[in-house]
Amino acid sequence: MSEWLENHLPKIVLAPSFIGVLVFVYGFIAWTAWVSLTRSKLLPRYEIKGFVQYEKLFDSPRWDTAMNNLFIFGTLFIVIAMVLGLLLAIMLDQKIRTEGVIRTIYLYPMALSMIVTGTAWKWILNPGLGIEATVRGWGYENFSFDWVVNPDYAIYTIVLAAVWQSSGFVMALFLAGLRSVDGEIIKAAQVDGIPTWRIYSAIIIPSMAPIFLSAFIVLAHLAIKIFDLVIALTGGGPGYATDLPATYMYAMAFSRGDIGQAASSAMIMMLVVFTIVVPYLYSELRSKNDG
Amino acid sequence: MKMTAFAAVSSIALFSASSVLANPEAEVLHWWTSGGEAKSVAVLQQEFADNGGTWTDMPVAGGGGDAAMTALRARVLAGNAPTAVQLKGPAIQEWYEEGVLADISSVAEAEGWADVLPASIADHMKCDGTWCAAPVNVHRVDWIWANTDVLEANDIEMPTSWDEFNAAAEKLMAAGVIPLAHGGQAWQDATVFEAVALGILGADGFRKAFVELDEATLTSDEMIAVFDQMRTMRGFVDPNFSGRDWNLATAMVMNGEAAFQIMGDWAKGEFMAAGKVPGEDFLCASTPGDGFLYNVDSFAMFDVDGEDKKAGQDLLAKLIVGESFQEVFNLNKGSIPARTDVSLDAFDSCALLSSADMQASSDNGSLLPSYAHGMALRGAQSGAITDVVTAHFNSDMSSAEAVAQLAQAVANSY
Repeated sequence: MSEWLENHLPKIVLAPSFIGVLVFVYGFIAWTAWVSLTRSKLLPRYEIKGFVQYEKLFDSPRWDTAMNNLFIFGTLFIVIAMVLGLLLAIMLDQKIRTEGVIRTIYLYPMALSMIVTGTAWKWILNPGLGIEATVRGWGYENFSFDWVVNPDYAIYTIVLAAVWQSSGFVMALFLAGLRSVDGEIIKAAQVDGIPTWRIYSAIIIPSMAPIFLSAFIVLAHLAIKIFDLVIALTGGGPGYATDLPATYMYAMAFSRGDIGQAASSAMIMMLVVFTIVVPYLYSELRSKNDG
Repeated sequence: MKMTAFAAVSSIALFSASSVLANPEAEVLHWWTSGGEAKSVAVLQQEFADNGGTWTDMPVAGGGGDAAMTALRARVLAGNAPTAVQLKGPAIQEWYEEGVLADISSVAEAEGWADVLPASIADHMKCDGTWCAAPVNVHRVDWIWANTDVLEANDIEMPTSWDEFNAAAEKLMAAGVIPLAHGGQAWQDATVFEAVALGILGADGFRKAFVELDEATLTSDEMIAVFDQMRTMRGFVDPNFSGRDWNLATAMVMNGEAAFQIMGDWAKGEFMAAGKVPGEDFLCASTPGDGFLYNVDSFAMFDVDGEDKKAGQDLLAKLIVGESFQEVFNLNKGSIPARTDVSLDAFDSCALLSSADMQASSDNGSLLPSYAHGMALRGAQSGAITDVVTAHFNSDMSSAEAVAQLAQAVANSY
């Protein structure tokens, strides 16, 4: 008995969470996939009608806008947050005296909820209240900064707010990475008279590759599921110029009573996540096997 | 043995007592949670209690009813629907098709609803010929509000055609006043759009386009003219309109920053709350064109089990359409009673105008459901139209392209 228990204890302990994940993650993914093939409106219906919801989805100019926005937002957000985070981390790594204070200041935006960030930036960017009004108040009457109300530029204000929120966190990740690089190698390089920028570009940064990957995965999933920031900052507007897949899905499921359409957009969102996460998992698992 | 006999006797006693005297019970799901609205619901709650009923309040705020609809969906799927739910327009029929609404025809016939409600509004309350919902009020959507002082200072009359409106707006622009106070949210864009559409397409054209979704009308030259007028009006709003809430736009008219606002009669509540007097401080008129776009709040009755709940449902339906509630509620809410035989002595001049116009429109067939407020079409269709309207208004899309997108979006939304 005790031997059996010993052998099976890990399985017994893991079973509840395993079943939980099986039902609440994979079960509901399967359910959503099923519903996306039906003509469900207010309530789910279960007769399969083929890919009609997906055809409607790809015909919809609003979905087009949402996917384009995801592409623009995702790329800019990830790249800018990583570059900015890395620069901040390198500057903080110069053994400055007030590092603790500065690190805390840069990390603090992460403690705010996206709703607060969005609302604050909405006011800052509002042409009648924020930056534009202030600069004009100083006497520069022709100054214009109306991105948030301009349909062509509004998506960039979301990038701005999201980068402000997340780059401190990326900085902390990179800082930990910089500190984990073996000091002996750096000293050896310094003895050889190699300039600091080359030490960073040729030794330190390449040895931080796993940190880059982690930062990328964290930022990528933040980008794909971003919702609250858009709702608070622009409400998807002007028009639907800043709609993203998540806000599109919410509108369909909860405002329009079109569950089938919402389910199909959710499936596409999941595929996007898969295309990013699967290569990552693949590389992770492979390196484990090799090791 | 003794115990079981006693239990049997007492349970019989209990049973007979409850079947003789049903205690009306109602659980009411609604999203009237802000100031004036909450007061209006409290009126109904009080009347229900006075008639011996037990009211279970289920207010779900947020998202303009989205949160309440999510709660409703969960309750219905769990097989435990509330007694009555604040629903309106074709959403009532949509829920009926899911097979979850109750039949309250007995109450409606006993109370003679068919005689006191305008026919087109009564039709919204019926599911396949039986009554399944009770109307609370009538909001008029196609109002234009104006600041009296601003109009006088610039020597402008209330416009009676869109050309007059445009001319007045040009004049106001030249004088440095914002002609149109507007909030750039999709539903507000749609509200202005439907007022313009009613004026340009006329009542029949409006019905064909936004009730019957007739493709020829949706792609007609008149529809291009509607979008042209929207483009013109885009020039009359201030640059900072994006995302503004409607009541802030109303405040701009109130303090003379802007001259006009096109908004339903809930805007009147804002003026009144600020102590403004209709006719003196602000003016109300229907937007240029003939017709009346209504937005009727109502309670749909869901299928419930048990004598008490059924009795509660019947009592609730009777009270909602009852004269006293219709009067008190609508005085609080700024709308007008749905039934036409309520005395309007206590109402203001805008409400009287609204009521007179409703009668006249009902007689000549131009009493029409508002598309922007979910009275004319189901969510998917009205949403598809709103997407095009708001995309056009907020970009430099041409009217011809908007019309093409409109037809495609409607065809795609079934």
